[in-house]
Amino acid sequence: MHGRPRKAPKPEDAAASAAKAEKLRALQSQLLHNHHNQIYTKEALEISAKLLEANPESYTAWNYRKLAVEHNLSHSESDPDTVKSIFSEELRVVENSLKQNFKSYGAWHHRKWVLSKGHSSVDHELQLLDRFQRADSRNFHAWNYRRFIAALKGIPDEEELKYTTKLIETNFSNYSAWHNRSVLLSHLLQNKVKGFFPKEKVLVEEYEFVHQALFTDPDDQSGWFYHLWLLDQTVKPETPLLVSTWPAHGSDIIVSAEGCLDGRALSPFTSFHSDAGTFPLILYFNEAVEGVNSSTVTVKSVFTENKDLVWKPLATSKSCAAQAWVTHLNVPDVKLHPSTAYPIEVNLGDSQGIISLSGSHCSHPSRFAFTVCVQPLSSKHAERQSVEMILWRDVNFHFYDAHVQESSPIAYFDRLSIKKDHEPAASKWHAKTLVNEIALVRQLLSEIDCKIGKLTLARLLMAHDAMVSYMAPHSHKKVHSEEVLQLYSDLMELDPMHSQYYKEAQSLVLLQQVTSNRESLLKHCCHHRVSTSSSVGNSVCLRLNNLSLSRIGCVEQLLWVQMLDLSHNELRSIDGLEAMQLLSFLNLSHNKLSSFTALEPLRLLKLLKVLDISYNEIGAHPVDTRRYLCSSPLSHTVGSDWNFNEFVPDDAKVTNYWEAFAIFRGFNLTQLDIVGNAITDEKFKSFLIKVLPTLKWVDGEELH
Amino acid sequence: MGGKIGELEAEKHVQYILLVEKRKDDFESVVTEHLRMNGAYWGLTTLDLLGKLEIVDQDEVVSWVMECQHESGGFGGNIGHDPHIVHTLSAVQVLALFDKLNVLDIDKITNYIAGLQNVDGSFSGDMWGEIDTRFSYIAICCLSLLQCLDKINVEKAVNYIVSCKNLDGGFGCTPGAESHAGQIFCCVGALALTGSLHHVDKDLLGWWLCERQVKSGGLNGRPEKLPDVCYSWWVLSSLIMIDRAHWIDKDKLIKFIIDCQDRENGGISDRPDDAVDVFHTYFGVAGLSLLEYPGVKAVDPAYALPVHVVNRIFFSR
Repeated sequence: MHGRPRKAPKPEDAAASAAKAEKLRALQSQLLHNHHNQIYTKEALEISAKLLEANPESYTAWNYRKLAVEHNLSHSESDPDTVKSIFSEELRVVENSLKQNFKSYGAWHHRKWVLSKGHSSVDHELQLLDRFQRADSRNFHAWNYRRFIAALKGIPDEEELKYTTKLIETNFSNYSAWHNRSVLLSHLLQNKVKGFFPKEKVLVEEYEFVHQALFTDPDDQSGWFYHLWLLDQTVKPETPLLVSTWPAHGSDIIVSAEGCLDGRALSPFTSFHSDAGTFPLILYFNEAVEGVNSSTVTVKSVFTENKDLVWKPLATSKSCAAQAWVTHLNVPDVKLHPSTAYPIEVNLGDSQGIISLSGSHCSHPSRFAFTVCVQPLSSKHAERQSVEMILWRDVNFHFYDAHVQESSPIAYFDRLSIKKDHEPAASKWHAKTLVNEIALVRQLLSEIDCKIGKLTLARLLMAHDAMVSYMAPHSHKKVHSEEVLQLYSDLMELDPMHSQYYKEAQSLVLLQQVTSNRESLLKHCCHHRVSTSSSVGNSVCLRLNNLSLSRIGCVEQLLWVQMLDLSHNELRSIDGLEAMQLLSFLNLSHNKLSSFTALEPLRLLKLLKVLDISYNEIGAHPVDTRRYLCSSPLSHTVGSDWNFNEFVPDDAKVTNYWEAFAIFRGFNLTQLDIVGNAITDEKFKSFLIKVLPTLKWVDGEELH
Repeated sequence: MGGKIGELEAEKHVQYILLVEKRKDDFESVVTEHLRMNGAYWGLTTLDLLGKLEIVDQDEVVSWVMECQHESGGFGGNIGHDPHIVHTLSAVQVLALFDKLNVLDIDKITNYIAGLQNVDGSFSGDMWGEIDTRFSYIAICCLSLLQCLDKINVEKAVNYIVSCKNLDGGFGCTPGAESHAGQIFCCVGALALTGSLHHVDKDLLGWWLCERQVKSGGLNGRPEKLPDVCYSWWVLSSLIMIDRAHWIDKDKLIKFIIDCQDRENGGISDRPDDAVDVFHTYFGVAGLSLLEYPGVKAVDPAYALPVHVVNRIFFSR
């Protein structure tokens, strides 16, 4: 089926082919006959051997031979020589078949079956494997069989590791050998086997080893993939870490019970209006974790019982693991204690329980504290916010005037990240290694223009910046951002086929630059006025529009955002937004969202009231790339509350609407803009209005 | 870059598939007799994607499919061949194309599949015990189409698949096995169907997968190997399921697939100017479907069936 040249059939070929077909057909019919009638004579076995030699993929023949072996064993004396010869005959047949097709699953499995009976020489198998390795070092059947034999014989991982060293030294371009090396080393490191501890020592040796490959043949991918794994082993923290929270440590949050607050002196980072009677408490980790609950996280406050708190993972699937977790605290009763600042303290990591997907426990105690004060509502503004329609025009926005702000609330920004000091020695080694690798890759790139080398350099520089900012959060400089942005631009020219990948990486770097310090972030903060005549600014909006963003990132720096403008970008997905629990107003117009299913993260934003998804590409694509990343019957992730059929009009094309239903059911939107999408027609709009009973405005028109 | 993308010779491919079906005495046909059930699935799904399924004699196909069922409940690759999970899925997929799942004894077939799950959550291909994540996908896909997924231990099945995840983000056939696009499709597909894609590092795997696109625009199955049209399915559907398909150059891939056609006799081959077969014809057309090529119906990346067939099963009143 593979790799055979296309030839016009010639008449003499046809005759020969027909004869071959005839012969093969005869063998197959005889085999089936013998199989169904349980005939296991020598002659019958010979037929199956011939068949399998000609056509190793005829799986029923392998089954037949197993039955024949079992039959003949039970009917022969338990004479060890007979037994051995029965099995060696099987091995002979397998070898002949493998000569025909050394990738035949059936042949390899038959061999495994024979060996597992325990009457054959394992050493002979190792010799066979050596021959196969020389013939094709990438034959994964042989590698899998090798793993099977190594387990059977009890060959230790260290020895198998030496085998991969031998192979790689012979030929650096052996991805399979590198892969095996990574598997074996992972086991050895994880089990802290003698000679493979500390991890740093091993990694240093591995870096030296892979450097040889990178310099010998920089265009071969194998070494670079292995290098990426080493990099991951170097920079990734051993245990999950808390990196951000809302409210932030040291902040003083002002919550208004209803409607909006008086606009003066309010920092977007520390004021929050809630008509739900609760406010969220968000924990953001460096990787997805499970096990965040009232036993593993203690919240001390006078108006809430810790044991009553329910923590939810902010994950867009039925996963119990997430990077961001949220619980809700009750807003203290304003009548009893107006304007009192209540202290709240949060502790986690004291006990085991918060655990990453790979099984490591969050083991470093973290503590953060903030105060909450309830502002009585100002009656003048009480109803304003919830009644007016939101417009996103430039004229509705006014930039923050930093000088007008009293005692810069932006000071809290620096405390958004949780500082920790632990394992300083390890961190030093990590930083030193990164610096070394950066120098080495630069040296290589000075000699040869290598795409994957450039990509590695970009990754190394970003990792270095991340490490520096983690260890010293007050140092605002993202030293290498500009160089990284340039590297990705170079890569888009060098490797245009993968330009969207590089573009997304650029978006992330850009967002890092914007969110890395207060000055750059302030440039994107605006007061939003509901009407231009209003003298009071109501909300603060983070405006990240017109930035060519194709990806969302740095969400841990943006947990405070209540109003977000992402319009006029190139977003295809909004993964990450689910952590921004305070979001009430969101503008995603003029992007590249191609399906409703892309909006799945919004299902976790319980405070979302205003959504603009106008001028996207919803309904324009027959292929939905988010189909399995949202909750739907297709992936068995909806509960019994899926009452889709009640909402769909009789004559409607069911298939157009289930996605919208999957996303919008249960939303409490007051305003929705969807014009400019291929799917939007009157029938669809009325369907949506049924699904969203709280809607007041659709596409700028008030509903009655 | 450059070079106008040619036409898809849809009509020629339809004729090629119908002809292959008739040429039962050809050597090609005899040597693939044992996997005729797969071949039926490849050929018929291609016809459906090209809007020509009605040409086929539905009753003839359905009765042949049922003749391949064993008393154990499983289906063989052809009449008289032993049952295997691989052919059981193909049988169910073929029946789904014709909206004839109702001819099945659901308990019988689902018991056969459920019986193949092992204690560690993995699946054997048949009673002889070969274990491979391909079979995990097959079991999950098949039971899913029959809406009986709860007959297996889904959590254990998912855990086994996750144990086959490699450090490059890909998946192999058993724990520790090298990442391979075919296995990746099976594992990602199984995780998709069970709402478990959170186990996939989409950026890491997405990058490994997009790097399968080589200079010619075609996709290979793993690093440093030759491109092959069938990877237009295994790699591309995986990318689609994790929403990273935009990381490859779609136009160049379309051009590669189009160039693999036999414009005279119909059919698609693994590489330009190689011999064609039904397997590569299906994967080429399915790949074009995922690339939104006009005139080809949409295909579901996880069930590997036309979207209208999948929707008919899950969204009918």
